[in-house]
Amino acid sequence: MKDLNIELYRKLYLIRKAEDAVRRDYFSDKMKTPMHMSTGGEAICVGVCHALANTDQVMGTYRSHGIYLAKSGETDQFFAEMYGKATGMAKGKAGSMHLTSPKSGLICTSAIVGTTIPVAAGAAYANKMQKNGKMVAVFFGDGAIDEGVFWETLNSACVMKLPVLFVCEDNDIAVHIPGKDRHGYRSISEVVERFDCTVFTSDSTDAEVIHKLTQDALKTIRDSGRPAFMHLKYFRYLEHVGVNEDFNQGYRDRIEYEKWRAKDPVDLQRAKLLRWCKEDEIRAIETEIESRIEQSIKKADAAPFSAPNELYEDVLA
Amino acid sequence: MTRMITYRDAIQEATAEEMRRDSGVFTYGIDVADHKRIFNSSKGLVEEFGPDRCFSTPLAEDAMTGFGLGAAINGMRPIHVHMRVDFLLLGMNQLVNMIATHHYGSGGTMKVPMVIRAIIGRGWGQSYQHSKALHSWFAHVPGLKVVMPSTPRDAKGMLIAAIRDDNPVVFIEHRWLYDAVGEVPEDCTSISLEGARVLRPGKDITVVGTSWMNVEAIRAAQILEKHGVDVEVVDVRSIAPFDSKTIIDSVKKTGHCVVADNDWVHCGFSAEVAAAVYEACYKQLKSPVARIGYAPVPCPCTRPLEDEFYPNAIDIIRSVESKLGLKPIDLSGEDFYSYENKFKGPF
Repeated sequence: MKDLNIELYRKLYLIRKAEDAVRRDYFSDKMKTPMHMSTGGEAICVGVCHALANTDQVMGTYRSHGIYLAKSGETDQFFAEMYGKATGMAKGKAGSMHLTSPKSGLICTSAIVGTTIPVAAGAAYANKMQKNGKMVAVFFGDGAIDEGVFWETLNSACVMKLPVLFVCEDNDIAVHIPGKDRHGYRSISEVVERFDCTVFTSDSTDAEVIHKLTQDALKTIRDSGRPAFMHLKYFRYLEHVGVNEDFNQGYRDRIEYEKWRAKDPVDLQRAKLLRWCKEDEIRAIETEIESRIEQSIKKADAAPFSAPNELYEDVLA
Repeated sequence: MTRMITYRDAIQEATAEEMRRDSGVFTYGIDVADHKRIFNSSKGLVEEFGPDRCFSTPLAEDAMTGFGLGAAINGMRPIHVHMRVDFLLLGMNQLVNMIATHHYGSGGTMKVPMVIRAIIGRGWGQSYQHSKALHSWFAHVPGLKVVMPSTPRDAKGMLIAAIRDDNPVVFIEHRWLYDAVGEVPEDCTSISLEGARVLRPGKDITVVGTSWMNVEAIRAAQILEKHGVDVEVVDVRSIAPFDSKTIIDSVKKTGHCVVADNDWVHCGFSAEVAAAVYEACYKQLKSPVARIGYAPVPCPCTRPLEDEFYPNAIDIIRSVESKLGLKPIDLSGEDFYSYENKFKGPF
């Protein structure tokens, strides 16, 4: 139990501190890429990714710093990509919105809402055909449920019996539009339950709870041979795109944020750790992560940009 | 050994042979495994390879296009089939935003070996949602290969090459070509996806054709030959990458160029051909490049208007006459293609 909770905390802290560094340095204008921050949603990326095997695959959205860091655990290529450098995971061609790390199983992220959902179904079909036992989890927001492709994929994955985990990160806001103005149904879970698909729901910010729930969902997929759908609530702390708070914009209330902040996933996990660890043990973990992040940022800043001819590389294989 | 087979059988053979060779190849799409088997181009596949590798899908073109991307990233070689190019428009988001960009956006770490077969409809009242070609749309986007073979031999060889290619390939077939019969060597393997083909050598004028328009161009050339005009017909075959060299070499020799594109003219592929010819053959051109294509309207249903909509061999003959300063030939005794002999619809 102790080991699991330490591992979860490492990942939570890594994501939070990496994004804190992005927020701190963003206005130096060296990271010229639209930032969609995972801050506040760490329990979901960490809980789900930690339940997956290293070889399992994930896909995400333009808000994928969290799953990149949770799945890969590395910060050198991450920051280099943010800085647009040749040492980035895509040599600066992808930026914050298109992070991938095939060797860690993060195989597709996209800045068009809903677009990685069917890609996950195809990846799951390939895994099923290749009998390699790999799972695919695809992360998307509640805004993606407004898109036709979500329903097309859900229906297809159910009828084709694909081993895919749909992970809906529901912050009840699509860019700036709340769910009540977008949803013509009462409960998404109730709707999805009508499909040949098992539904799991939670509004926990405890990564351990999400981790356990994901293990249950993965077991259900393996046992039933059908997809599972996780409906997970969280609160987006920052603006849709950018590194700032936006409670002064009038479209949402700081009071709601304060309620969620009181059960912040990183603070909550740290408080739990004190059951098993001494304060200086936790500090040692934190210091190691902070130092790794700062080193990665220094390396990214010092790295060269891609040479001009790199523009023409990798259009075709 | 060379045999005479149809274009549809060439497609079927290429698919079956590649599925036998590589267990990662699979074919899917709306009605791929139903009793009609995409005009018999997927005949026998479900029986030989089973429903896991040849299957009909829900009516979900958008999701099923992205599905192909996911399978391709994971090492499979999907062949996604659309009975009409028009239906592929529902998958354009995946094709343009996702499939075309994935290799580039992953820093070259992931590949997308995927084929999208799409069929151009025509005739028997197909009208405006079953008749588009759209190759210029697809070819406009970096990261996609786009081919439209017009002979059974090229259909087989280029489909094999498309399946083996590590890039997404849009493979556009004309419905009327399905009954075309041509020589296909029994041991036909891969034919390059890059390169035009001179279908008929000639010295007086170059006619550049895409897809079905090559059939019209060959018929025009046969008639013009009887009147002493020697037409060179160049089948573009590959829209992207585009082999302008074969066309330029031809026009440098003949000094005249007519582009007969199976599409609308405005902002179409014929403009790309004309630009390439002007850039490279400015001094050799004896007349301006002419462009022939659909009328600039949606395709109508009824036959008399449909006949007005589509360009044909007669339009090519008249264009050639005008370039060479010849008097119009009397065409009253000539036979032209009439689809009633081969294609009676409904689809």
